Amino acid sequence: MLSCSPTSTHHPHSTSSQHSHPQTQTDRHPSNAPTMASEKSSSDLTLLDFWVSPFGQRVRIALAEKSLPYEYVEEDLLAGKSERLLQSNPVHKKIPVLLHGGKPVNESLIIVQYLDEAFPDTPSLLPSDPYARAQARFWADYVDKKVYDCGSRLWKLKGEPQAQARAEMLEILKTLETELGDKEFFGGEHGFGFVDAAFAPFTPWFMSYEKYGEFKVAEVAPKIAAWAERVGKRESVAKSLYSPDKVYDFIGVLKKMYGIE
Amino acid sequence: MSEPVKLLGSFGSPFTHRAEAALRLKGVAYEFIQEDLGNKSELLLRHNPVHKKVPLLLHGDRAVAESLVIVEYVDEAFDGPPLLPSDPLARAAARFWAQFAVDRCSRTLFKALWTPDGEARRGLVAETKENLALMEARLDGRRFFGGDQVGYLDVAASGLAWLPVLEELAGVERSMMGEEEFPALCRWRGEYTSHEAVKACLPSRDQIVAFYAGMKERLVLHARSMQK
Repeated sequence: MLSCSPTSTHHPHSTSSQHSHPQTQTDRHPSNAPTMASEKSSSDLTLLDFWVSPFGQRVRIALAEKSLPYEYVEEDLLAGKSERLLQSNPVHKKIPVLLHGGKPVNESLIIVQYLDEAFPDTPSLLPSDPYARAQARFWADYVDKKVYDCGSRLWKLKGEPQAQARAEMLEILKTLETELGDKEFFGGEHGFGFVDAAFAPFTPWFMSYEKYGEFKVAEVAPKIAAWAERVGKRESVAKSLYSPDKVYDFIGVLKKMYGIE
Repeated sequence: MSEPVKLLGSFGSPFTHRAEAALRLKGVAYEFIQEDLGNKSELLLRHNPVHKKVPLLLHGDRAVAESLVIVEYVDEAFDGPPLLPSDPLARAAARFWAQFAVDRCSRTLFKALWTPDGEARRGLVAETKENLALMEARLDGRRFFGGDQVGYLDVAASGLAWLPVLEELAGVERSMMGEEEFPALCRWRGEYTSHEAVKACLPSRDQIVAFYAGMKERLVLHARSMQK
């Protein structure tokens, strides 16, 4: 499986001035800050995020693909939501939130599209052809609707409902396998694209899905497994994601919080 | 493009309407193919194997599924007045509120309508109203969400136009979107439903009733099974 371990890189500017409020366990999940300089970014971008969130990671991947400097702000969601987050996203009160010149953009896939449109001179994640764009939106929407929710049911539930979630997860992986086919990336001719960025953050979750669902992605959807490996080596992805072990541990923390055995 | 455009849909469904409204607003000539949802056509199943749902747009041999994906495709593939604004922030806002209108207004409202009386229903009604209040605020004195012209967000929110008939069918006494509480939304509904391009593809009260007739039990079951 993936062996990305970005936690090994402690960015020099993971100082408290970068975070919106003091963290309790900074050393356990250091901020995965960008490679660019530590002063307030010249593109005036700030990302409110949570280290292990696959939704936040989509945005980190997009920003990295575009080489856009930004200020990363870790929201310690387990401790509560900051004023800034609540003000920037009053409707959903969720991360990721992108602030561009102080103006908020919410919802990960909307943020990624925004980055394409606001920074047209950077490599785009969506292709230019309208039909290819429609395909990309359809599949990103599919990933959005299905993967996290079904995955959560896998680790939250037991018995029959869990078996149902398992069956659904296999179905989802097989459907995505068919869509990927023999392409290197979901983006096809375009290369690494919108759907790749949308789905890549879930690849470290595969190990957990496999453990809870008792299946192997490599057996159920070998092309997806191969894609996961490929995509995991891509720089923008590797530096945005955490290891499968860290994700598994995080799920353990969530389960304790929810009082699930 | 001169390739034929076909829209597979179910007239009376608010999802189908979104796609049709987009085509009408862009002035695209299309053939509407009514799908019998109880007996789906081979054409539909072949071109939308993942969800097997309407609406489905066929542009030549290109199939596009999911109503809002279709609306953006129509906006981008055809000439005509743009449905999305040009400014990136405004586009992001339109997309955000469209998702909100679909997920938190139409969907919640649907659950509220078809959930039997009781605490759950009261909660859903309260939630719907909270969300409608945000949409009300978005109008901010404008004729349409898109400003002077009907735009992407108006089309996405068009399901709200169905509400009076649906509430009648569900036997609701006091509307969730009453004029006192939501004057801007009610005015918007009037503007939207009387817009020339939209009118041409908006089902009549009788057509909506016919679409939902005999579905009540199924709708109640569906509402119950819907996740938050």
